[in-house]
Amino acid sequence: MESSTDIIYVDNNATTRLAPEVVEAMTPFLTTWYGNPSSPHPFGNEAAKAIVHAREAIATLLGAEPEEIIFTSCGSESDSTAIRSALETQRGRRRVLTTAVEHAAVLNLCKYLQHNGLHVDYLPVDSQGRINLEQAKALINDDTAIVSCMWANNEIGNIYPVEALGQLAHAHGALFHVDAVQAVGKIPINLKDSSIDFLSLSGHKLHAPKGIGVLYRRRFTPFQPYLIGGHQESGQRAGTENVASIAGLGRAAELAMAHMDEEQSRVRAMRDRLEAGLVASCPDPLVNGDRQSRLPNTLNICFRYIEGESILLRLYETAHICASSGSACTSGSLEPSHVLRALGLDYRSLHGSVRFSLSRYNTDAEIDTILQVTPGIIRSLRELSPFGRL
Amino acid sequence: MWNYTEKVMDYFLHPRNIGELPDADGVGEVGNIVCGDAMKLFVKLAEDKKTIAEAKFQTFGCASAIASASALTEMLIGKTLEEASKLTNQDIADFLGELPEEKMHCSVMGMEAFQAALVDMHKRHPELDVPIIVEETGENRIVCQCFSVTEGKIREVIQKNHLTTVEQVTHYTKAGGGCGGCKDDIQAILDDVLGKAKAAKEAASTERPACQLTTLQRIALIQETFDNIIRPGLKADGGDAELVDVNGDQVTVRLAGRCAACPSAIQTLKHWVEAKLREKVSGAITVVEAK
Ligand SMILES: Cc1ncc(COP(=O)(O)O)c(C=O)c1O
Repeated sequence: MESSTDIIYVDNNATTRLAPEVVEAMTPFLTTWYGNPSSPHPFGNEAAKAIVHAREAIATLLGAEPEEIIFTSCGSESDSTAIRSALETQRGRRRVLTTAVEHAAVLNLCKYLQHNGLHVDYLPVDSQGRINLEQAKALINDDTAIVSCMWANNEIGNIYPVEALGQLAHAHGALFHVDAVQAVGKIPINLKDSSIDFLSLSGHKLHAPKGIGVLYRRRFTPFQPYLIGGHQESGQRAGTENVASIAGLGRAAELAMAHMDEEQSRVRAMRDRLEAGLVASCPDPLVNGDRQSRLPNTLNICFRYIEGESILLRLYETAHICASSGSACTSGSLEPSHVLRALGLDYRSLHGSVRFSLSRYNTDAEIDTILQVTPGIIRSLRELSPFGRL
Repeated sequence: MWNYTEKVMDYFLHPRNIGELPDADGVGEVGNIVCGDAMKLFVKLAEDKKTIAEAKFQTFGCASAIASASALTEMLIGKTLEEASKLTNQDIADFLGELPEEKMHCSVMGMEAFQAALVDMHKRHPELDVPIIVEETGENRIVCQCFSVTEGKIREVIQKNHLTTVEQVTHYTKAGGGCGGCKDDIQAILDDVLGKAKAAKEAASTERPACQLTTLQRIALIQETFDNIIRPGLKADGGDAELVDVNGDQVTVRLAGRCAACPSAIQTLKHWVEAKLREKVSGAITVVEAK
C-alpha cells in the first residue's frame, strides 16, 4: 500500500488511529526527555512528572483516584493480572464466573485455568447477546473467587449490566473484574462508589498507542502482582515505565473526556445512518446485538448467503474501506466468531457478518461512500452464491 | 488479511463463468454452509460427448474459494474428460500463481467438485465412458468430525501434495482445524501413508466411488426444517435448540432453554427432532447432542 490517506477506516474496535495531540504529547519522551523516571536526577524527573500527570488524567476519565491506576503493557495483561491475582489472594475459592462472549484475553485464560483444575462457568447469552442476571446469581456462590465480565463487547457492541453483576459477586464475597477495553472513551464511566474491583483498559482503542494498558485496582482490594521485580507502580507492576506511551495515554484520556458528547451524538448518528441505510438497501439484513444497549460506534450486520472475507476484500478493493468480519476465513481459525455462535445464529447468516466500528475521525462523506458501494457488492456476491439469490 | 496474488484477486474480483447450466451433463456439489465454504460445478459436454464445452460455477466462500472455482472452470473448458480427470488441486494453485497454504483447501474443494460432477455424469449417462476417480483406499470413515473429512480424502491429499505434517493436512483439508481432537489420528494416517509410500503399488484399489456427497440442498432442507418446525416446536415448550453440525446423515444439535436442563432432553431429541428430520429430509438421519 502506498499511502493511508484515501483509506476509509471503520475498524476502530480493532484499533484506532493515533490522535495527533497524542503523538505530540509522546514525542518529547521519545527524543529529548529519555530519562528513567526512577533516576534521582532532574533529567529523570521530567519523565516521572509526565507519568504523574497521565495517571491523574486517566483517573479523572474513570472517576477513580490516581493511586488506583496501574500502568501495564496492554489490555490482555490487565485482564490476566486481575483474574490471576483474585485466585491467588482468595486461595480457598476455586470458581470463576465469566461470559461466553468475552475477548480471547479473558476466555483463553479461563480455559487455561480450567485445564489446571479450576471450575469456570461461562454465562450464555440470548439471541441478542444479552446475559441473564438470574442465571448469573445461580452460578455465584461462596466458592467463587472472581466474576469477570466485559463492559462492552468488541464484536457486537453490547453493553453489559456490570454494576448489577458486581453486586451479585460481592454478595458472596467474590471479587469483580470488568474488561472495559471497548467501553473506555465511548461511554461515560464513573468508578466512584461502583461495585467494580478491577477494570482493564487498553490505549490503542482510544487513539493512544498499542502496547500500553491500565489496570484499575480499587483501593484496598487484595492484590498479587503478576510481574514481580522492580518497585515501579508502587510495587504492583515491575518494569521500567513506557514513559512515552503513558504520556500519550494520558493525553488520549483528556481527549476522550473532551469528546465524550461527540461519541454519543455525532458518532452515534453516523452509525445509525449507516445501519438504516444498509438495512434499507441490502435485502434480508440481520443486525446483531442489543439495539437497546449498544456502543454508539458499533454496527455488526450479517449479509446472509455470502462469506465475510469476500465482502471485506471487495469493500477494500472498491473504495478502500477497512472493516472486519467474524467469518471463519478472516480469522484464519476455520471457525466463525465465538460471539456470533453464542448468539445462536444459523449458518446461513454466521459466515456473512461484517462489523463497522466508527470513531470521531470518521466523516459523513465516508458513510455516504460506504452506503453507495455496499449494496452492489452484496448483490454481486449473492449472484455467485449457490445458497441464495435476492 | 491474506496475501493473494494478482491473479487470485483478478479471478475474485472478475470471476469467469458464474452461474448455472440448466442442461448440464454433470453437476458436482461439495462443501457445506456449516464449514463456511461450498461449491457447485456444472459441466456440459460438446457434441462429441468427450470434450467439455461449458463449465459454470457457484461458490459460497472466501476470495480464494471463488478464484479457485472460477479458475477451475477456465481450465476445464476445451479439455477432454480424460485430460480433465488428470488435473489436481496443485494445478489450480499453479494456475492462480500461488495460494496461501492455509487456503489450499479451496483448491482441494475445486477438485472434489469436479470429481463429484464426474460421478453425477456417470449416473446421468451410463453409456459414456466417464473416468471416475476412485479413491485409492476408499475409506469413508470420518476422521475430522468438525469438518466432516474422511480418511480417504486425507490420504489422497497427503499423497498428491506430498504433505508431511499435521498442520499441512489442516491447511489443505481443514481436518484438525476445529477442536483438534483428531490430530493424533491424522498423524497416524500420515505415518501410514509416508511409511507406505514406497510400497504404494502393492495396495490394491477398491471399487468404491469417489466421495460421499453432502448435497447443498440437503443441508438447506435440514436447516429449514430446523428453523420452521423444530425450533418453534421446542420454543412452545419453553425450550430451544441450535443446529451445530451436519455430518452425512448425522445431525448434531445443542439444546438450550428449558430443554438443556431437562432430564428427558435426550429422549426429546431422539424421538421428536429425529422424527421430524426423518419425515422432512431423509429416513437415514440420526440426531446426536453436542457435547
Ligand atoms: C474486549 C477486549 N478485551 C481485551 C482486548 C485486548 O487488548 P490488548 O490488545 O491491548 O491486549 C481487546 C482488544 O483487542 C478487546 O477488544
